[in-house]
Amino acid sequence: MQAGEKVGKGICEIEVTVRNAAGLHMRPAMQFVDIANQYQSSVSVNNGQTTADGKSIMQMSMLAATCGMKLKIKAQGPDAEAMTEKLRELVEVKKFGEPTPEESKGQVP
Amino acid sequence: MKFADFVSFDAIIAELESKDRDGVITELANALDKAGKLGKGNADKIARAVIKRENEASTGMGKGIAVPHVKHKAVKDVVAAFGQSGKGVDFAALDKQPVYTVILLISPADNPDRHLQAMEKIFRHLQQEKFRKFLRQSQTAAQIEDLLKEADVNPSL
Repeated sequence: MQAGEKVGKGICEIEVTVRNAAGLHMRPAMQFVDIANQYQSSVSVNNGQTTADGKSIMQMSMLAATCGMKLKIKAQGPDAEAMTEKLRELVEVKKFGEPTPEESKGQVP
Repeated sequence: MKFADFVSFDAIIAELESKDRDGVITELANALDKAGKLGKGNADKIARAVIKRENEASTGMGKGIAVPHVKHKAVKDVVAAFGQSGKGVDFAALDKQPVYTVILLISPADNPDRHLQAMEKIFRHLQQEKFRKFLRQSQTAAQIEDLLKEADVNPSL
């Protein structure tokens, strides 16, 4: 796992890929927002078209982040690096606790 | 995706009769059934599945909106019913406030991307205060249908 790119003081930007088959539907979005809200830093998430506030469940639902989609996560604040690392873990390692397309064999939770 | 692609305009209820969450979900599922969107004899099963999902985590996202949903093999593509309640319904929403707009979304079991695209369309508009205001000012199903069609040609609405 590589460290996020430090763009400037207190800013950390990483790119993650959605790996679970069902994508960023409501429950994953809630997990994301829950983690984001444990940190002081602000966070925005961009899918190439839309930028969402990573602490707003409604805005996160607007990303329509399907499996395979790349998301840019940009955190700004005193704990930006710790926050982006946790969010990367959630999306790419834990995969929101959901199966990948191979694991689900077409069956979506 | 456009509202016209997934909202069943025959399943818009300007004033819901039900006063509680499960009643509202059942009422909207029946409306979709009546509109012929759920196949034969699936409405009850689907309503129960939606309620089960809702019990796991509320889809009351705040700002008076709830989007109860489930994936079900009875549908080939996403379908949605729209319901409004003047008095508000308790959906155990995240902000603990009553819900005035309920969108019941039924998605196919094998196409998660369509589900995400429908959600994107719903929240793109419903997070705008202007859109919510227009929605709540709508008195009839026809007015709601017009508003949704307007939103399809005017992304800033």
